[in-house]
Amino acid sequence: MTDIWQGLQAALWLVVTLDADLVEITLRSLRVSLTALVIASVIAFPLGTFLAIRRFPLRRTTIALMNALMGLPPVVVGLLVYLLLSRSGPFGVFGLLFTPSAMIIAQVIIITPLIASVAHQAMRDLWADYHDLLISMNVPPHRRILTLIKDGRRALITAALAGFGRAIGEVGAIMIVGGNIDHATRVLTTAIALETGKGDFALALGLGFVLIGLAVGVNLLIHAVSGTERGRRW
Amino acid sequence: MVSPILPLRASGLEVRRRGRPLLGPLDLAITEPGITIVVGPNGGGKTTLLKALHGLERRSAGTVTWGLPTSEAAARQAFVFQTPIMLRRTVRENLTYPLKIARLPGPERGKRVADWADRAGLVPLLNRPATRLSGGERQKLALARALIAAPDFLFLDEPCTNLDGRATREIEELLQAEAARGTAVLMATHDIGQARRLADRVLFLHRGRILEEGPAAEVLSAPTTAALASFVKGDIVE
Repeated sequence: MTDIWQGLQAALWLVVTLDADLVEITLRSLRVSLTALVIASVIAFPLGTFLAIRRFPLRRTTIALMNALMGLPPVVVGLLVYLLLSRSGPFGVFGLLFTPSAMIIAQVIIITPLIASVAHQAMRDLWADYHDLLISMNVPPHRRILTLIKDGRRALITAALAGFGRAIGEVGAIMIVGGNIDHATRVLTTAIALETGKGDFALALGLGFVLIGLAVGVNLLIHAVSGTERGRRW
Repeated sequence: MVSPILPLRASGLEVRRRGRPLLGPLDLAITEPGITIVVGPNGGGKTTLLKALHGLERRSAGTVTWGLPTSEAAARQAFVFQTPIMLRRTVRENLTYPLKIARLPGPERGKRVADWADRAGLVPLLNRPATRLSGGERQKLALARALIAAPDFLFLDEPCTNLDGRATREIEELLQAEAARGTAVLMATHDIGQARRLADRVLFLHRGRILEEGPAAEVLSAPTTAALASFVKGDIVE
């Protein structure tokens, strides 16, 4: 109980004093996770929608695989990305290992199946409503996907927020590919792991509270900006 | 002028689901514009017939041909469903949608939306979410959205079911005006009064087969089958 109280005090102190290290790693956490989120959403929204509306051989297998990939162990993803980006790996020439870019790549791989899967479920229901109308209107296939994405944007925001939640709280993969280097790749989660390892539970908890606040804040901001709770909009 | 989309001809048309016959085999030809009404008791295959002709229902056998190549004909048809399907957008955006699909320029879109909103009595509702409209308003919007791109052939599947008298009359007036413009209309209904008010031609569909067809005045005043005679009298037809 004392640790939690001290953690709250530490979190408050870090925020009130705008601790330079805290601001730096918070901004880096946000930059990495939001960039990964945007990239993953650009891939996952059309993919989930495509799988909802198109029939093709192995479609069910593809959906099952996508759902299974939601549970990808981050440490395994981290290891694979590490091997791909290491000097001896196929993409080693780009020198991305231990950079925020490597962390973004790992997070994209982790959250894309999650966002695509949630998006697919939502788009499947919407497609059931729209199917006859859009076919009747002779809407071309690419416009069907765009229509569903536009009209199903509330559900897609939920999918994206689920992805953001997983990305911002992820530690295993980014620890491996980022290396938790001070002033370079340290983010909130890796900093928490480090402080816990050092036995500074108060600071680790403080960072944890900041992380929770950040996740909640971004969720509220996205809801506010997208107007999902306003009565006259969808 | 007869639209180039006509004639519509169905030959040996048959729809089966899991081996069970739902429709046909039947032959059908619509060669003139005007309002053709498919009447018959519920479960007789009216919706299946309309959807099979429009391409929404997979045919088990037979052919459907139009006066135009299939892809061109498809772009000149519209369908109004019994339960209106509303895009989760405003009334204005629902009306604009088919015009965007048809790639009409922006200013022309605006003019047509204003015109059809006025004709369908939807002007005060233009900025309201379509899913919040009443049943009658939704059906008027569905009809206006179907007609806004000026189709040559309009399918309607019992568009006035569950509507009050006023909404029914407004929809019928829109339909008659559109038919007068030269649009061919094929509408399903089990409301014999509506068939009398609107139909130029009537098809009587029972158990998936066309039992009678011809000019509305002749078919409805002198039925030649017991089933249609009972239906016209208002008896239960099984």
